[in-house]
Amino acid sequence: MDFTRTYDVLVVGGGNAALCAAITARQAGASVVVAEHAPKPMRGGNSRHTRNLRALHPKPTGVLTESYLEDEYWDDLLRVTGGRTNEELARMTIRASQFAPGFLADCGVVFQPSLSGTLSLSRTNAFFLGGGKALVNAMYRTAEALGVTILYDTEVQHIEVKDGFATEAIISWRGFPERIRFKAIVASAGGFQANREWLREYWGDAADNFQIRGTPYAQGTVLKDLLASGIQEVGDPTQFHAVANDARAPMVDGGLAMRLDCVPFSIVVNKEVERFYDEGEDVWPKRYAIWGRLIAQQPDQRAFAITDSQALHNYLPSVFPPMKAGSIPELAQKLGLDAAKLQAVVDEYNAAVLPGTFHGNKLDDCRTDGLEIEKTHWARRIDTPPFYGHPLAPGITFTFLGVKVNDRAQVMMADGKPSGNLFASGEIMAGNILGQGYLAGFGMTIGTVFGRLAGEGAAKYVRN
Amino acid sequence: MSATESEAIVEGRRQMEICNACRYCEGYCAVFPAMTLRREFSQGDLTHLANLCHSCKGCYHACQYAPPHAFGVNIPATFATIRNESYAEYAWPAPMGRAFERNGTVVSAVAMLAVTLVLLLTMALQDPAILYTAQTGTGAFFRVIPYWLMTGMAGLTFGYALIAMAAGAVRYWRGTAPGKGQKPLAAAPVATAAVDILTLRNLGGGGHGCNDIDDSFAQTRRWFHQAMFYGFMLCFAATTTGTIYHHFLGWKSPHAFLSLPVQFGTWGGVLLCIGTAGLLWVKTVTDPGPVAKRWLGGEYAMLSLLFLIGATGLLLLVVRHTGAMGVMLALHLGLVLAFFVVLPYSKMVHGVYRGLALLRSAQEKRA
Repeated sequence: MDFTRTYDVLVVGGGNAALCAAITARQAGASVVVAEHAPKPMRGGNSRHTRNLRALHPKPTGVLTESYLEDEYWDDLLRVTGGRTNEELARMTIRASQFAPGFLADCGVVFQPSLSGTLSLSRTNAFFLGGGKALVNAMYRTAEALGVTILYDTEVQHIEVKDGFATEAIISWRGFPERIRFKAIVASAGGFQANREWLREYWGDAADNFQIRGTPYAQGTVLKDLLASGIQEVGDPTQFHAVANDARAPMVDGGLAMRLDCVPFSIVVNKEVERFYDEGEDVWPKRYAIWGRLIAQQPDQRAFAITDSQALHNYLPSVFPPMKAGSIPELAQKLGLDAAKLQAVVDEYNAAVLPGTFHGNKLDDCRTDGLEIEKTHWARRIDTPPFYGHPLAPGITFTFLGVKVNDRAQVMMADGKPSGNLFASGEIMAGNILGQGYLAGFGMTIGTVFGRLAGEGAAKYVRN
Repeated sequence: MSATESEAIVEGRRQMEICNACRYCEGYCAVFPAMTLRREFSQGDLTHLANLCHSCKGCYHACQYAPPHAFGVNIPATFATIRNESYAEYAWPAPMGRAFERNGTVVSAVAMLAVTLVLLLTMALQDPAILYTAQTGTGAFFRVIPYWLMTGMAGLTFGYALIAMAAGAVRYWRGTAPGKGQKPLAAAPVATAAVDILTLRNLGGGGHGCNDIDDSFAQTRRWFHQAMFYGFMLCFAATTTGTIYHHFLGWKSPHAFLSLPVQFGTWGGVLLCIGTAGLLWVKTVTDPGPVAKRWLGGEYAMLSLLFLIGATGLLLLVVRHTGAMGVMLALHLGLVLAFFVVLPYSKMVHGVYRGLALLRSAQEKRA
């Protein structure tokens, strides 16, 4: 590695957003170096754990069924974010998403024709065959074939910014302090979700109970550095994409398989043995992303999904087997809950269940009547032993605090002007569009769209 | 079935439980759709899934939980061990299962002994000089090794191998049967399994291929295996047509170059050599991560034995009118004899169990 050389473009980070930028800039003729913090086997940031991206399509494609148009896409986004989004950037992303699967396919990513899993997303989301790590492998292979220089075990610690221009990056390269000079730079270094100290600033001790689903390298070093260098901040620092994880999952890097889909077919109580939200509000793909935050707001950030043998086959098996018991009090004991109280909650729930016809995959008419918090769909009596209990914890995917960007992926300076040569893509800027909530597969869409824009912009700047 | 489960079975179950909650690999091969039909994995289930695995390594390179992740999911390596343990478990007679330990040594030793035996027998039963003098005309081969000995030994060893492998197949089919009563076999799953076997569909990765060497996709292993398989079949056809010529048409070998047995044998030998050499090369250069090194010896030994059978067969054709024919024939037949002897206790049994696993998989899909 020649650190005396000035590269055209430095890409900070090694996930999908970074590689989309690197490949695009290289294809436009720029010399490109990628600084990935992780070692090679753990490369790819959170993209390693992803599975699909959400793409607009006017008609069926090889990997997407029916059609998914701008208005519906925008409505879906509006609903999950509760309006906390930037319509101009969001609509631009939605329109550009139509071309994202094609771009990735050209980079060697293989898409899966259709799938059998429980999340029926094949109309809106294109699935990577083998998942995100296969995508990451293909993107690196393409980048290398194009002549992009890849540095692993390379942490960018500081980017020098003067008068709206980035000038050089201070890095730790395999433990050695170095600097990289460049003409343009793309920051695609992720959120700060793996930085527990930073999370504690907003969440206090609760942050200690958050499971970080993805890469441990999302320390937010570059994000913090840029925000301290006169770049505009965007997003609520307490907002993130989080799901209901198995409470027994590793505290970091447990990946997708730690999530539990049992919520709509259970009742969920907290440590005080109280239900706190309608478990059957909507189909799981539309609700899975609110449960992480709901659980994060419970005492000790814990919750417990209680179900019985009728429901066991309605959701995907869990990596860690559920607690199993012949009676509700016995289950309560195994879960560390007040037995009498859990029996009372289940009895009260069972008494409120109205007759209905159960349909696992669509909104059915099985609901309760007369509870303080009703369960509005998939409500069946919990009365057929064995009973099962899944302990739940919040699994944080990525944080929404970010750097403000414009529609060309240029970072916005404090004076309201875009930086000339500093671009951003991926989680580090996803908060521009995601103010709260999450839409399955939208993170990879933002990463791909803004990665391409950033790569294009950086190469164009270098050419002029 | 073993009273206590092996480490590989316990490990395979742990990994399958992770896979069954993840399911990112469902588009890769037959293993993952078969996995999703289950929520619990008995030893029989794991043996079935392991034998269904073609070791294409797609799931390893795509795995978010592959080493160095703490979960350390490595399906190709774990399943290779379960497969090899099942070869030993279902071997007939049971004590011969031990031959799968240090299988490379067993296959190599048998090959060496068989070649030596045939050379010695040839010298003892015929005139030693016959090994060095050119033999031509009808029945030339049988002046080196008598017809009765050649067919007798081949018949005995191959017949035994067929019986032993059939017994293994029955034991395997029963041992891996799902808990509930299995439906009787229908024609359609048999046809599906046959197509899967003949096309090696599961080494196609759905069109773009598998991770033969590293995380890039190729169909290298599939085509080399096809060359080996169809080369082997052509050699078998050569022997069969030769036998028909001998017994029913009264045409004695050596046959003309353009005759059916020689044509089958020649092209079969060429394909066999290309296929086995190719597979040996792939094994040597492939990423060692998803490979269970413990079983490589038996695989290298069997591929080498097949290569040598093909190569000596082709050399025999080249030198059959010279004084080198005798030695070459003894070498070739010694290697073939070794192949027949080790057949039921070698990597070759994977064909039987893989075929049955594909059949069970096709059957389950229709159920």
